[in-house]
Amino acid sequence: MNTIPKKSFVQKWHVKAIIWTVIILALFIASCVMTGVDVGAFLTGFNQFMQIFYEMLKPDWSYVPFTIQPIIQTIQMALIGTLIGSIVAVPFSVLAARNIVTNTLVRGVIRFILNLVRTLPDLMLAAIFVAVVGIGPMAGVLTLAIFSFGMISKLFYEAIETIDMGPIEALTAAGATKTQVVWFAVLPQVYNHFLSYFLYTFEINVRASTILGYLGAGGIGELLQRSLGQFRYDRTAIVVIGTFIVVVVVDTLSNQLRERLQ
Amino acid sequence: MTIKKTFWQKYEAWIWAAVFVLIYIWAFSGIPVTGIQAVAGEVTKSILNGLFHPDFSYVYTGDGEDLVSLLLQTLAIAFAGTLASAIFSIPFAFWAARTKKGGLHVTSSTGKLFLTIVRTFPEIVMAIMFIKAVGPGPFAGVLAVSFHSIGMLGKLFAEAVEEIDRRPAEAIIAAGGTQFDVLVHATIPAVIPEFISLTLYRFEIAVRSASILGLVGAGGIGAPLIFAIGTRWWPRVAIILLGIIVMVTVIDFLSGYLRKKLV
Amino acid sequence: MQEGTPIIEFKDVNKVYPNGTVGLDNINLTINQGEFVVIVGLSGAGKSTLLRAANRLHDVSSGEILIDGQSIVTAKGKQLREVRRNIAMIFQNFNLVKRSTVEKNILNGRVGYYPTWKTIFGLFSAADKQQAAANLQRVNLGEKLYSRADELSGGQQQRVAIARALMQEPKIMLADEPIASLDPRTTMMVMDDLKKLNEELGITVIVNLHSVSLAKQYASRVVGLRAGKLVYDKQIADVQDGDFDEIYDGKDQEVKGA
Repeated sequence: MNTIPKKSFVQKWHVKAIIWTVIILALFIASCVMTGVDVGAFLTGFNQFMQIFYEMLKPDWSYVPFTIQPIIQTIQMALIGTLIGSIVAVPFSVLAARNIVTNTLVRGVIRFILNLVRTLPDLMLAAIFVAVVGIGPMAGVLTLAIFSFGMISKLFYEAIETIDMGPIEALTAAGATKTQVVWFAVLPQVYNHFLSYFLYTFEINVRASTILGYLGAGGIGELLQRSLGQFRYDRTAIVVIGTFIVVVVVDTLSNQLRERLQ
Repeated sequence: MTIKKTFWQKYEAWIWAAVFVLIYIWAFSGIPVTGIQAVAGEVTKSILNGLFHPDFSYVYTGDGEDLVSLLLQTLAIAFAGTLASAIFSIPFAFWAARTKKGGLHVTSSTGKLFLTIVRTFPEIVMAIMFIKAVGPGPFAGVLAVSFHSIGMLGKLFAEAVEEIDRRPAEAIIAAGGTQFDVLVHATIPAVIPEFISLTLYRFEIAVRSASILGLVGAGGIGAPLIFAIGTRWWPRVAIILLGIIVMVTVIDFLSGYLRKKLV
Repeated sequence: MQEGTPIIEFKDVNKVYPNGTVGLDNINLTINQGEFVVIVGLSGAGKSTLLRAANRLHDVSSGEILIDGQSIVTAKGKQLREVRRNIAMIFQNFNLVKRSTVEKNILNGRVGYYPTWKTIFGLFSAADKQQAAANLQRVNLGEKLYSRADELSGGQQQRVAIARALMQEPKIMLADEPIASLDPRTTMMVMDDLKKLNEELGITVIVNLHSVSLAKQYASRVVGLRAGKLVYDKQIADVQDGDFDEIYDGKDQEVKGA
């Protein structure tokens, strides 16, 4: 008769899976306690929630004309923020790329800065910039510039790290300077990636910029804040629908362009 | 021999550049640069000054309103919200996933549309609606995070389901198994690691959003931050920013480590 | 400069890689103006390392390399770039910027002659642009000037790479396995191109090859490497058919001897 190999104790009783499940459950319960999760309150308050929802189902269409200008401003903010962020990102991403900068210290410092920037949520940056430059789209532009800088630098340097090193060798052998090597051998190879990531970041920025106005940083978000403050949920609905349309249109356009870049 | 460039070869780059420049002229025309306050320099100076002298006394006071307690609360909001959302996302994912070839995908398309709407619905608005329902506090934050996350997790999960290897499923059907057998023995084992990895990724994002939901009263570190900014209390702003940076960095690192181990 | 003057001199050159592999083992080699040298040897024998030491794409561990009497081992910055300018190189994988046009790729060979800012604004002189077109015609690809590099076949790309190398107006042309990725017919074209440069422009050519028959067909001098050592060096007239067994099978003999 064949003998079946014995499972170890750990394998037989799925010890690892059980430990993980217990840890996650414990954390979940602790989190629920700490945040005062109360399913009863949710169920009793749910009609309140639905109340707002019903009001939103009857949008105040006469509000549409008032949303056009802020929506345009939202797109303009996103465009400028993405442009500034990307331009600043180019030198940083070159310096952060492993195959271009062999000095670990320089690369480490640059990457540390980029990681720091990426930890900051967009609305928090908006709150700070509103305090610095005052209420208005300027604060939004600065927020989006910093926010997209952090994101796009990482995408850029990861793109640079995947390039073919051959042309770099060829340019070096022809007596090119470091700058010339980057300009003639690196950038042409990543150019299309850069454009594609630029568009992608623009999409993200459009989404982000629709709420920045909630804190006074310009764009459609200001109407969000106003209508919610006045309990005019029928108008909030218009703002949400407007946001939705803008996001879908921008995503579609940008996707089309990005596919052409492939 | 001289070679002429075609019209397109010669001008393509210029045409695109012109389009780009025109778009940006339009964009800049809409942003009043006069918006910079005269006091901007002053404010920046005091912010920097505050950033170099963080209010360390706020780190821990023991009254539950200090930095450490509120950061923990922020993490709790993100954790409870993400985990609940991960579980609720599973049925949505199977609704939105396109698993059969050809034909119309009415089910999948409506599912995807629904998830897109949820994803685009501003999290802040959702938080305010939940505040109306359960009152201000971290619970509203948990609800906002978990409902909003369904939009993204549902989509990512659905893509994971679409991309799994179909051959084990075929093998089970060929061996006389039912659709249920396929689900239990082929689909679930294939997607579970993927789902966990995506959930961890979403958790990283949720930590960031939980730290700003307090701006509208949905708990966490956001409320004291906006209060400190409003009252120009820069040393306090500085310590909160430092706290958030450390928290997010640690969570990103841990989550990244776990996700690497899963692959 | 007349034929017979030394143009590259390797003196006691050693190269040990950081992981301990010996790349070059005490190489002494003098190459004269106008020679067509083919370096043969097994993969890993150090052929590529030797070529890349000559223009210092690789640093050597010890020894001295003189290019036209000038040390490249100690050269720095601008001086190093000026030495490199006189040494063109073509590669097994062509190393073209695939997304750029043929014209841009060829002009890339000229950047060493310009200050950085001028090249960045694309301010190449009309004469250099003319030269780029002329060099492309020299390799019979004149009509491809404005095509993108990735639209060309492998053989065409290698010839563009030769045109790029010519932009440097080099005294020396290094070719690292230039035909390893090509089919037999294009192989002949590329080798013919190199031979033409050698004979018509008097450029010293150094080529790494696997193929013994090609070496005999084109070389004026054959050099053999084995495990980083120089084991063979003869003018083409003195080369015997049996010689190459020594280079390629030498390893076995060593094993037997040990």
